[in-house]
Amino acid sequence: MTTNDRDDRPLAPRQGATRRTFLQQASLAAGGVLIGSAVTGQPALAQTPKRGGTLKLVHSKMNNINPAIQSGIATMVPGAQIFAGLVQYDAEWHPQPYLATQWETAKDGLSYTFHLRDDATFHDGTPVTAEDVAFSLQTVKANHPFGVAMFGGVSGVDTPDAHTAVIRLAHPVPSLLISTSSVLLPIIPKHVYDNGPIRTNPANVKPVGSGPFKLKAYDPAQYLILERYEHFFRPDRPYLDELIFQFMDDPSAIMIAMSRGEMQYWGYADQQRNIMRLEQQSTLGTTRKGYEAIGPLNWLAFNVRSKPLSDVKVRQAIAYAIDKNFIINKLFLGRAKDATGPIAPDGFFYDGKVERYAFNLDKANQLLDEAGYKRQANGTRFSLTLDWNPQGGNEEATLPAQYLKSQLPKVGIAIELRPSADFPSWAKRIANWDFELTMDEVFNYPDPVIGVQRTYICDNIKKGVIWSNTQGFCDPEVDKTFAAAALEVDPAKRKALYAEVQKRLADELPVYWLNEIAYTTVYDKRLRNLPLTIWGAMGPFDEVYWGEKTG
Amino acid sequence: MSIFRLLLTRILQGALLILAVVVFDFLLIHLAPGDPAQMLAGQLGGATAEILAQIRQEYGLDQSVWVQLWTYIRHVATGDLGTSYYYNLPVLSLILQRLPATLLLVVTAQLSAIVAGTFLGAVAAKRPDAWLSRLVDVTALIGYATPVFWLGIMLLILFAYLWPVFPVSGMETVGFSGDALARLLNLLHHLVLPAFTLAFIYLAQYSRLASTNMQNVLRADYIRFARAKGLPERTVTYKHALRNAALPVVTIAGLQFGSILAGAVLVETVFDWPGMGQLTYDSILRRDYPLLIGILLMSAVVVVVVNILTDLSYRIIDPRLRRSP
Repeated sequence: MTTNDRDDRPLAPRQGATRRTFLQQASLAAGGVLIGSAVTGQPALAQTPKRGGTLKLVHSKMNNINPAIQSGIATMVPGAQIFAGLVQYDAEWHPQPYLATQWETAKDGLSYTFHLRDDATFHDGTPVTAEDVAFSLQTVKANHPFGVAMFGGVSGVDTPDAHTAVIRLAHPVPSLLISTSSVLLPIIPKHVYDNGPIRTNPANVKPVGSGPFKLKAYDPAQYLILERYEHFFRPDRPYLDELIFQFMDDPSAIMIAMSRGEMQYWGYADQQRNIMRLEQQSTLGTTRKGYEAIGPLNWLAFNVRSKPLSDVKVRQAIAYAIDKNFIINKLFLGRAKDATGPIAPDGFFYDGKVERYAFNLDKANQLLDEAGYKRQANGTRFSLTLDWNPQGGNEEATLPAQYLKSQLPKVGIAIELRPSADFPSWAKRIANWDFELTMDEVFNYPDPVIGVQRTYICDNIKKGVIWSNTQGFCDPEVDKTFAAAALEVDPAKRKALYAEVQKRLADELPVYWLNEIAYTTVYDKRLRNLPLTIWGAMGPFDEVYWGEKTG
Repeated sequence: MSIFRLLLTRILQGALLILAVVVFDFLLIHLAPGDPAQMLAGQLGGATAEILAQIRQEYGLDQSVWVQLWTYIRHVATGDLGTSYYYNLPVLSLILQRLPATLLLVVTAQLSAIVAGTFLGAVAAKRPDAWLSRLVDVTALIGYATPVFWLGIMLLILFAYLWPVFPVSGMETVGFSGDALARLLNLLHHLVLPAFTLAFIYLAQYSRLASTNMQNVLRADYIRFARAKGLPERTVTYKHALRNAALPVVTIAGLQFGSILAGAVLVETVFDWPGMGQLTYDSILRRDYPLLIGILLMSAVVVVVVNILTDLSYRIIDPRLRRSP
């Protein structure tokens, strides 16, 4: 497997040096290719970025192009090109200036002051001001699925002048800075979006942002074409003329298109056998970087409301009965990482010092006996249904489900497979607690308050809502730790709190985490400066350019 | 019966049929578990209970099925097909945007199938024991048995990958710049594989049908008479016999227009052809009720109209039918 030459941005300012302006960075970046090559030990290619060219990306259909009111890959990737944010993150989880040149926190942690650059304009020419920042935050808070999780603690946004925005907090919000990434808080122009209910605003399909690319053409059935915004605030950027997002769903068609060179970038690919086939082509490269901020997990969820799954011994027994080596190495061809808890292994707060359930059929049988579920004459202790959504050839869920069907009977648990017809059918079952076991794929997102705690806290047991705490798990200790961590500004203490909750959840197993989904980007090797920060393709493509064929 | 009375009766029957289709489909889709709010929550990446409740209220999903059905019928009567839950755009404009692509695909497929099928059948019929006739029979069998999407994927692999002469997907090369002629050729280039896939099933049927009919026609008196007159064989075959052999093919084709529209759903999905078929498939998965019912309504209208036209054209072609009641 080959990866791109650059595995990280060469000049990420270290912690504390947040005041470096972007002009400095831009000039350094030109020489950065050489330095970066030295850092990574690759031959220095000494290429200066070349302007021009089109990039064709495989993408899926979306219902609107406004990341302020929804998440999801389909909207976020193009959204990150059209809309800029206050900060952008690098590959080391450090915030870098974007629309904001510098920022400060008050001593009591109850306000963040962002200083905006004065040369940023929206695609219709109007300047980006603090008013737009205030409006964007209010819109996200009220409409985005994670709005409350990210900005529930915001009591207001002051705009003392056109280029200063002060976010005032009712309590400390340590996740605030990362929540101002461009895909979570896209800065949308007030004068375009503030004229009626946001969900039905026509601008949702005719977006106006301040990012490096602006809308050229959009056919909801076929493609989205973005072109360079000539007045983007970073001089000479973006290098590419156009980004063409072509909507393709059929895996065979995507494979053929990539190998023929008709498409040049395929992100969020997760069918490992297809990826391996494409890797064999000398013109294509693959990388697993760029998905750290998403933190995608694949797990087996238990409905703990009733027996036998209400007994932790039963859940632990099931964990011991599962051979994760088989799942990771055989089903996912050794390309997925082992997941040991609620936070993905590439996540910022990941801590692996937790109880592991190494494959042990004897231990599993012993626990089930102890729990009081003896084997009957036919060898079965009890039977459970296993749900999942196979829509779209969902390998992550389907392969383990089929494995479990044959594996769990070895400890006396009969499994009845119950695949759903499509997503709404599956979601209805799970959201209404009409399940025993289910496979699920859930994103952490970059801070645990956004995508992690929702699965485990008592407060989030909400019937009818998918991806809430559908398991019915409730442990006041866990809630307390999550709540404390959500307010803890000291980084070391915060890390310790999340380590504690990971340990506890691994003991109690409301779900059993199998693997981190091995999302991969397949790309044409001639591309340079691929976005490989923690956000990957959900960050701007302003530095990407076409290099010479280096073979 | 005069043609006017016939037309009026057919139109009235058609209207009733369309109403029945709408009611039936509306109730049917509401039986499927999960609702659009659930789908949107999935699309959004998650939603709070408040947002879900808000969505359900906005779309009237908190009312009973019968109330929703009645509201829908009232709107349709005034020509308002509603707004898509997923796209937040008017259903009518979404359908009209996609309709030309599907019509292009379906009409091309069916016309090609009729013409090629009749011709192949006619040629095969001249020599019933020759290899062509056998080939036509075998191909018909394969055509009946092959699932249309499998055929599509196989053709993709053959002609878009192993021997890449055709594009992989879509209706046009995105970002293609050129004059109108170049664009037309680009479109036709993309049309070949999907149209062939769709046509193949029907080509097989029509050629078999035409072959059988042709054999019967060639034994008829008027053909013997034409030969006796001394007309060249080619004129006998292609001017006289072929026309008569084509009639049943045209009838079947008209009746099958509805099913070819259904086949288009699968072909459009495999080839990413941006037509109504793909929109139908997507809107079922998304529980996008207004859009789905709107599409089914339009399909019912199209099928009814085509059948009325087939009926009429038959009477025009065949003078014997003009005087019957």
